[in-house]
Order: sequence, then structure tokens, then C-alpha cells
Amino acid sequence: MTEPAEYVVRARGLRKRFGRLEVLKGVDFDLEAGRVLCVIGPSGSGKSTLLSCVNHLEKLDGGRLWVDGRLVGYRARGGKLYELKEREVARNRRHIGMVFQHFNLFPHMTALGNVVEAPVHVKRTPKDAAVARGVELLDRVGLADKRDAYPAQLSGGQQQRVAIARALAMDPRLMLFDEPTSALDPELVGEVLAVMRDLAADGMSMVVVTHELGFAREVGDHLMFMDDGVVVEEGRPREVLAGPRHERTKAFLSKVL
Amino acid sequence: MTQTAYSEAQLDGGDEVVVPVRHPWRWAATACVVAVAALVAYALVTNEAFKWDVVGRYVLSPEILTGLLTTLELTLAAMIIGLVLGTVIALMRLSANPLLVAVSWCYTWFFRSIPVLVQLIFWFNFGALYKTITLGVPLGPELLTANTNDLITPMSAALLGLGLSQAAYTGEVIRAGIVAVDDGQTRAAKALGMSGFLVFRRIVLPQAMRLIIPPVGNELISMIKNTSLVSVVALAELLYSAQLIYSRTYQTIPLLVVASLWYLMVVSLLSVGQHFLERHYGRGQAR
Repeated sequence: MTEPAEYVVRARGLRKRFGRLEVLKGVDFDLEAGRVLCVIGPSGSGKSTLLSCVNHLEKLDGGRLWVDGRLVGYRARGGKLYELKEREVARNRRHIGMVFQHFNLFPHMTALGNVVEAPVHVKRTPKDAAVARGVELLDRVGLADKRDAYPAQLSGGQQQRVAIARALAMDPRLMLFDEPTSALDPELVGEVLAVMRDLAADGMSMVVVTHELGFAREVGDHLMFMDDGVVVEEGRPREVLAGPRHERTKAFLSKVL
Repeated sequence: MTQTAYSEAQLDGGDEVVVPVRHPWRWAATACVVAVAALVAYALVTNEAFKWDVVGRYVLSPEILTGLLTTLELTLAAMIIGLVLGTVIALMRLSANPLLVAVSWCYTWFFRSIPVLVQLIFWFNFGALYKTITLGVPLGPELLTANTNDLITPMSAALLGLGLSQAAYTGEVIRAGIVAVDDGQTRAAKALGMSGFLVFRRIVLPQAMRLIIPPVGNELISMIKNTSLVSVVALAELLYSAQLIYSRTYQTIPLLVVASLWYLMVVSLLSVGQHFLERHYGRGQAR
């Protein structure tokens, strides 16, 4: 017996331009709850922009996007779309965790400070409870002993794991990863991927923009290859990676592998 | 075949004594500086005109201490005006509203262009420009009317002159500090669901502070000294208090020394305070 699919993200006809440059030229995709969608493609293909549109850090120029059944950035009423106020957008972002290529940890706060910041100041969780949960999350990413370290005192891999813990502290329903291992030294990539693998195994819904094809093959449920603002090819990661049908996909994979 | 410059014994670890490089010029420079310092000290101590006994008599006199207190009050108040107004000016300059940007730009241009001394005298004579100042609804009823000469005391003229021009400088410092914070910080904070003001207060401002504190510390030190300009509007701050005394006693140099000693003292204390403040806001930086 199969349950009817529950979608965490549904996207239709997404368009985005920066000035005269069209970065997204009509992208559709769906993400079912508990699944991992991996997005690959050359730099400038629009994959990072796509991710930023999901939590409305970038405003769409066209198309519709729903997260958890809720339209992102707008309220539909009476045949019109009303743009949401900044405060409402911020509230909707709480349930979407994001991890950045360059970590973007807050350098003036300790690891634990980074993790408890949003729960305490956005969700108004009592400090004690937030700290207890923060320590638990740091332990989960293997950094319980680094709670009082400042980001500058941590390695890139450790910083990225703190960043993951920071995103998890808001109990997100969806996690967005924007090339989380691209800025890391090769020997530190594994520790971050391991945390992400655990997260996927725990049933977290994830959209991962990545160059780690091995991770995409192993952990991804679905793979999209993007180039020049469109989805060129998609399917089960193993199949796309083993037998790409499009020339552009073949060309890209031959360079990356 | 090349000749080796070492022996087998040296390869096994020689036991020669290491002779460090000598620096004769360092010693020469040191000797020069000591000689000049001794001459200056000699000139200070032996010149009767300094009248060190007079300096000693006045340095803790009530008149001077009251003046010092006024200088400190004035510095603090003008600096607070400068910081608060400067933050507003900086935020206006960074806003998305072109009118606010233009107003902020004009403010900075105007108050940075006119010398503080001119502004002080101007504010002090403001009564010649507007006899009364009225608070009320435009084209509607008047709520409060006051005679300008009652409002413009030496103190309020001083605060306007020093505070408004300070805001122009501080505004630029604050703006530079805010702009220097990486945009990724704002993105990360927003992604966590933080709203605009919270992002500014918790994430951007504390990081901007690290860049803002050192120049503002310098501005504060400048401000202490700039308050002496206020002597032109006859406000009895430190310099004017000293001037009042020497206009009676004709002991000009000793009283200027008294004022200078206090300026030195206050600025030194502030420098120590600045050091600790910088250390606080520098936390988390790679050491």
C-alpha cells in the first residue's frame, strides 16, 4: 500500500533574471517529504539561484513555488498575488534551513552562540532549553567539545558542521545545501558529507546543490542536471550518472569525473 | 669537483660559539634620544617662566576642576548627539529611499564643510537670525513659542556646534563599518528567519562595531580637544577657566600648562579605555 505523496516543495515555471541576464528560464521540480534532491551543473547554470528562491532570499520574476503547501513570498487572494511583508517572509523562512558554501557563521559568536542565536531571538525559546538543545545538536555533528570555540578557531569542515547544527536548531522541515563542500580542503569534505548522509537517513527532506557526484549517487533520490537556466536532464542519480542521454550532460560529467 | 666549505666534524654538529650581528647605529640613536630628552627636561625645569609652583597651586583649584567637569560633560553630551544622529545619518544613507539618501548626503556635505569654530559662533548668534522659535502645527496652532536668546545659552550653542558636526563624521564612520560586513552574514541571518531589525542589531552591528570603535575612539579624543573651541562663546570649560584666571593674574604660561596637563591626563585614560573596548569587540577574530 502506498501513501499519497506528500510534497515539501513544488515548483512550476520558475524564472529569475539579474538585470539583462536570465538565470532561471522556467524550472519545474517537486520534492517529496523525506527525499533528497541533488542538483548538479556547471557554475553559472542557475542552481544556486534556484536554491535561494526556495527560501525567498531571491525574489522570483516568474513562476510559483510552494513549500509545505504554502506559496513562497506571496499570498493568493481573489485572483491576485499579494507580496508578503518582510516579517511574514521571515516567519516562513524559519522552517527552511540553509547551509552556505562559505559557511557564513557569525564570527563574533561561539559555536554554541551561533546555534542558539535563532532559537532564542526568533523562536523565543528559553535560554536554558535552547542551550541544552544546542549542545545536543553540536554533539550530533561531532563537535560537542568545540561549543566555546569561535569560528576562526575551527577548521572549514568543523565550521560547516556548526553551520548545519545552526540550521537544524530551528527544527526545519526542509534543508537547503548550497555547495556545502566546495570551499573545503579535500580531506575535510568527508566529515561534512557524513553528517549530511546521517541527516538524509533520518528522513530529512533536502535539496543539495553539489559537485560531489558520489554523494549524489549514494544519497540522492533524484538528480537534476542544470545548464544555462534550465533543467537539461533528470532522473534517478545512478541512471543519469551512468548513462546520460543529453550531450551537455555527457560533456559536463566527462569533465567532472 | 667543487670544494666543500665544511668539515666532517661540522656535519656532526659543530660546537662553535655563535656571534650575533652588532647594531652600532641603534646604540647611536639611543644616545641621541637620551641626550635630547635630557636637554628638554633641563629646559622645562630650569626655565623660571614656567613657574611650576604656580602650576602646582592651580592644578587642583576649584575653578579649574569645575572647568574640567564642564569639558567632560560637553564631550560626553556632544559625542552622544554625534553617535545617535550619526547612526540615523548612516542608516538614511544606506536606505532604499532616494530622498533619505540625498538628505543624508547633504547633511554630511554641509556640516563637514563648515569649520566647527564658525558653526559655534553662528549658533551662538542664532538669535540674530530668528528672534523666536515656535513649535506648532504648520499652518495650524502654535503650541510653544520661545525667545531664541533664552534657548541659545553658551551650553546649547556649544552642543549644537560640536554635536551636529560630529554626527556628520560619525555617520561616515558608522556607514563604512556597516558596509564592510559581508553580505553572507545578512543572508545567513535571514535564512534563519531573523527579520531586518534583528539582523541589524544582533549580526551586522556587533561586527560593524569592531570597525567603528577605533575611529570613534579617535573622534572622542579629538572631541575632548575640540571642546576648547567653545571658549569663544564664553562657556567656562577647561581652557576658558584657565583663561579667566590668567586674565586676572597674567600667569598665562603656567595656566596653559595646567590645562594641558589635564588634557593629557584625560586623553591617556581614554586611550586605555579604548584598548579594552577594542578587545571586547575583537573577540572571535583569529589571534
